[in-house]
Parts: sequence; C-alpha cells; structure tokens
Amino acid sequence: MCSSCGCGHDGARVTTLGEPEGHPHDDHTHEGHTHEHVPADPGTRTHTLELEVAVLAKNDELAAANRDRLAGLEIVAVNLMSSPGSGKTTLLERTITDSTRPVTVIEGDQETLFDAERIRRAGARAVQVNTGAGCHLDATMVARALDSLDPEPGSLLFVENVGNLVCPALFDLGESRKVVVISVTEGDDKALKYPHMFAAADLVVVNKTDLLPYVDFDVDRFSADAATLNPAVRIVPVSAKTGAALDVWQQWLDAL
Amino acid sequence: MHELAIAESVVASVLERTADRHVAVVRLRVGRLAGVVPDALTFCFELATAGTALAGASLEIVEEHARAHCRSCAADFVLDDPILLCGCGSADVQLLSGRELSVTSVEVA
Ligand SMILES: Nc1nc2c(ncn2[C@@H]2O[C@H](COP(=O)(O)OP(=O)(O)O)[C@@H](O)[C@H]2O)c(=O)[nH]1
Ligand SMILES: [Mg+2]
Ligand SMILES: [Zn+2]
Repeated sequence: MCSSCGCGHDGARVTTLGEPEGHPHDDHTHEGHTHEHVPADPGTRTHTLELEVAVLAKNDELAAANRDRLAGLEIVAVNLMSSPGSGKTTLLERTITDSTRPVTVIEGDQETLFDAERIRRAGARAVQVNTGAGCHLDATMVARALDSLDPEPGSLLFVENVGNLVCPALFDLGESRKVVVISVTEGDDKALKYPHMFAAADLVVVNKTDLLPYVDFDVDRFSADAATLNPAVRIVPVSAKTGAALDVWQQWLDAL
Repeated sequence: MHELAIAESVVASVLERTADRHVAVVRLRVGRLAGVVPDALTFCFELATAGTALAGASLEIVEEHARAHCRSCAADFVLDDPILLCGCGSADVQLLSGRELSVTSVEVA
C-alpha cells in the first residue's frame, strides 16, 4: 500500500460483473506527494515528538465516509466474515433469491472471479475485489468497489470478506452490521479460538446444520461460548443447502 | 497477516507527521484485545519501513491490560483475554478499554 495516500497500489483489483457496466476508474496519479522519501541525515541527537494517533484512524475515516455514503442512499450493508468454505457464497445465492430488496455484492477473495460469477448467475450484480496477498478487505477497497458497483438506493449490499477468521475483524468497512458465518464442520470451539471475530459480530450464522448428524458440533456449547465474548450476539443456525431456517435469517435482514 | 497492514498504517501515520525527518524510535500502545501480535508486528514493521524515512527505526510496544466494568457487582477489573466474565460469575460486563492501537510518540532527529 502507498504509505502516503493508502491507495493500495500493491494491487487490489476491482472487477464488476453485471449491469450497469462499471465505469472505468483510471489509477489516480500521485499529485502532491511522491513515493520516494529521502532519509534525512541521521543526526546523533533525537527528540521526542508526542503523537497519540490511532493507527487505524485512516481506515476508520474512510469507513465513516463509506457509511455516510451508504446511509445517504438508504442502503443496508452487511459485512460477511468466515473461514474459507463455511458457505458465505451459498448463503448469498439463497438470499438473493429470497430477498424482497434488490441485492448487490462486493466479493473479496485473494484471486479469481469465481464468487462474483456465482452471484451474477444467482441474479444479482457483483463486483469482485481481488486482494492478492491481502488477507482482508479494507475501507479503501470497499470505496473503490462502491464506485464501480454503484448500488441502487434502498438496496441490500453484502460484502463477502476474504475467508479468514482473524484479520477482517479489525478493519471497519463502513458496514451497518457484521455477520460471522461458521459451519458445523469447523468445530464448536471456534468462538474461543477466534475471539476477536466473534466479539465483533452482530449476528452469527451457524451453517450446514444438515450435517449435524455426522459431526460433533454442539450448537448450545458454541452459543454459550459466543455469549461469553459477546453477550448481545444473535445466533442463527441454518442450512444454506436445504434452506432450513433461512426464513429466520431473512427476517433479521428485513428488519435492518 | 493483518500485522503487515497495521505496520503500514503505523508508518503512514508517522510519516504524515514527521515528513522526511529521520525517525529513530516509534512507540506504540497496544491493548491486549486489539487483535495484534506484538512479535508479528515488529517483524512486519521492518518490512514496512524499508525505503522510507523510518528505515532502521526501532519499534517499542507497550502492551496494556484491558479494563472492564461489571454491571452486576459494580466492580472494575482487568482482563487479558476477550472473555467477558467477572469474578462474581456475571457476564453482564462492559468493556472499558483494551482495543487501543495508537502511536504514542516518536524520536526524531
Ligand atoms: N452440506 C452443506 N454444504 C454446504 C452448505 N452451505 C455451503 N455448503 C458447501 O460448502 C462449500 C463451500 O461453500 P461456499 O459458499 O463456496 O463457501 P465460502 O467460501 O464461505 O463462500 C460448497 O461446496 C458448498 O456447496 C450447507 O448448508 N450444507
Ligand atoms: Mg465465497
Ligand atoms: Zn461482578
């Protein structure tokens, strides 16, 4: 990432699928600052400069700008986070079919357009952000994705974060709600193993309940653990495959 | 590895205030619940400072306990993990601090 402006020239790629066509966004130039920093002659004496700045202040400012922009359009934005394979994209495919509101999706993955193509086939517009080596989406990437996605007023926007139960918890994107998806094949100890993620969630979807007969996942134990990290969290067990209890998820979304 | 992104944000927030002055030391305050591993951050800091006015600067991290308030027994207590449980057994606990991640000061030439 460019240290001066946070433009992410290390290469998050934004690709829009579906109508309306994404308008081109040329890489901006770096007017007013340069990428070369010539170190001053390191003198022998130093002095202390008090700073007190929040390290993520820049991301948080950009996230606040995203939040204002979405609020102005009356768009509800849900940041979906999980480990890879828990069923985020499958859940979104079902949600697109069931939703009364128009749905658009920002898909984050390190590589490939696979998920944006799945969303597209499910009938919603999607923009794919490929983070390359990056393990999470940040507010800058979401701002760029919003530029090309141009979601319609009153719609429901999902951000499918990069599959990872650690890093995405730290980066505010400007979303209205954070949702963590965990599948029953991952084990019921994950809340305590990845506490930051579950502490940050507004709602946890426990997916793949159709597989409960075959695995040791104890939904009550998981829910009790999650509550010790996050007393207010809502837990919704579903099967994105069979559709079981997806009406509960849909009702929660409709109330946002 | 979000520590690299954090390290880059540290470098950016310092450079914004020190411009091209040589920086010898960067001091950070990191709450125990900030979700940052100090060793990983130190490693990434070296990578993130390369080629900037912060190149070669050392990173000093002060870790802080998290503090919480129990709404059941009114006690304030410290904690080092995100399990919001008071010694009295109550989980009706409000986190007061512990997620800070701030640059507190730097040594400049
Ligand atoms: N049995 C079962 N499989 C599921 C369910 N939801 C998703 N899957 C499967 O889990 C795999 C990963 O799903 P995907 O939606 O790509 O996960 P993502 O990486 O979180 O987006 C796919 O093979 C899905 O078909 C479910 O509710 N039950
Ligand atoms: Mg996916
Ligand atoms: Zn108590």
